[in-house]
Amino acid sequence: MTDERKKVIEVKDLVTHYGDRMILDNVNLDVYEGEILVIMGGSGSGKSTLLRHMMGLETRTSGSIKLMGEDLEKLPMKEAFDLRKKIGVAFQGGALISSMTVGENIMLPLAEHTSLDPQTMEIMARLKLEVVELAGFEGLMPSELSGGMLKRAAVARALVMDPRFLFFDEPSAGLDPVVSKQLDELILKLRDAMNMTIAVVTHELDSAFTIADRITVLDRGKTLITGTVDEIKNTDNERIQNLLNRRSEEDILDPEEYLNRLTGGDVRPNAVW
Amino acid sequence: MDETDEQKPNKAKAFVENVGHYAVSSVKEIGYGGSLLAESIFWVFAGPKLRQPVRLHQIAAQMMEVGIKAIPIVAIMSLTIGIMLAIQGIHSLRIFGAESQVTFGIALSVSREFASLITGILVAGRSGAAFAARLGTMTINQEVDALHVMAINPVRYLVVPTLLAMMIMIPLLTWMAELIMFLGAGLYVGAELGISLAAFFDQVINILSLDDVLHGLAKSFIFAILITIIGIGNGASVRGGAEGVGRVTTRAVVQSISAIIVTDMIFAFMVTR
Repeated sequence: MTDERKKVIEVKDLVTHYGDRMILDNVNLDVYEGEILVIMGGSGSGKSTLLRHMMGLETRTSGSIKLMGEDLEKLPMKEAFDLRKKIGVAFQGGALISSMTVGENIMLPLAEHTSLDPQTMEIMARLKLEVVELAGFEGLMPSELSGGMLKRAAVARALVMDPRFLFFDEPSAGLDPVVSKQLDELILKLRDAMNMTIAVVTHELDSAFTIADRITVLDRGKTLITGTVDEIKNTDNERIQNLLNRRSEEDILDPEEYLNRLTGGDVRPNAVW
Repeated sequence: MDETDEQKPNKAKAFVENVGHYAVSSVKEIGYGGSLLAESIFWVFAGPKLRQPVRLHQIAAQMMEVGIKAIPIVAIMSLTIGIMLAIQGIHSLRIFGAESQVTFGIALSVSREFASLITGILVAGRSGAAFAARLGTMTINQEVDALHVMAINPVRYLVVPTLLAMMIMIPLLTWMAELIMFLGAGLYVGAELGISLAAFFDQVINILSLDDVLHGLAKSFIFAILITIIGIGNGASVRGGAEGVGRVTTRAVVQSISAIIVTDMIFAFMVTR
């Protein structure tokens, strides 16, 4: 059924390295128009790396990433800028420019990319602050906001150019359950009221199951499974069940390798002690 | 085999490896600085065409920050150095009974060396540190990433205004420092040898050629570029949180002061001989 819809993001055979270490190993992923796709995984699974690649912040080893049919790495500079303007990103810690007020932060994309007069820009910024329920906070500095407010202000800034697509990095990380619930509701509201396509990276299970249309589970740089919430819950893949039930995994221990790790690799079987 | 015999070549190998790593990373850093400078020049000219213009108000704000606000400290230090030079000059020339010739030494050393060197070192400590700390903090808070995804090129937005402001303000500050050093020296020489201030300045103008003044100003222009690129380059390569910001800030100051002194010598060697 989903295959009929338009693909907003298409990740194909993505391989990435950090130095010599392989981070993502042949990741394939599609995000369809109007859906919320949640990318899930434990820490070190490569989910943040995947997000950074989709936003065009890193260079990949091989594979392709298409946003609305176009590859940021292959576009000429001017077209790449235009494509970026159609994408909104809400960073984990907000990433508001700390030397500017909340209002100036939200107006920044408008001030840089449009020739609107300042009053119009202010009105547009206030409109977006209303959407994220932060009306009246435009005069404050980012350092004066709480963690949840920072994330919502970041959403307002991401929305100010009216993007069709939104990236969300860890919306509920570091927030109390009530505030994180509010953010989940905000994400659902953006999809339903504004018909936006949203990709969310998170490690919070409850949040993922609340907002997701589909979920992709990443583990050690590979996609384990992509499917609807029910499909994920009912899968018999052991690693996913461990993740869902918060079971820790015990690796089978090789005594020699364990000794090697402890001693920094200097132990040879024939060493004279 | 004996354990110590085996460790010796290992240590030597590690030492050679370290030297190699250090050399490679130094070359990398210099290369990075060069590409940062090249990219900045690119944005000055190509910015308007790509709808990424460098904003005049940002340059003005930076000129205020690096130039106007540095006037008090540069003025006080220049006055002090002027007096110090006069004291030392008279002291050493008195050996030959030639203290009336002190103006020669003061005029040439101030315009060719001291004005640009002292201004450079002061600005490196003041603004170079600030550039590194600002860029470092922005990188860690993902503010630089945020600029990227908002289709605002960070070099164009953060580096170019600072670089241009420095290239304008540091030669001006140097020129001011030069005049104030003459004032300080003139006051002391006047009190010690009974020459009027007007007569002292008259002597200075007679001694100096345009070449001497330009020698100092040209150097200060190079110092401006060095301080900016080293400060910002260090800030952008920050690793590891608040502690990392402290480390790159210290590095930026030490590196830019060293670069200033070495460049000063090379410049003097090439131009004076």
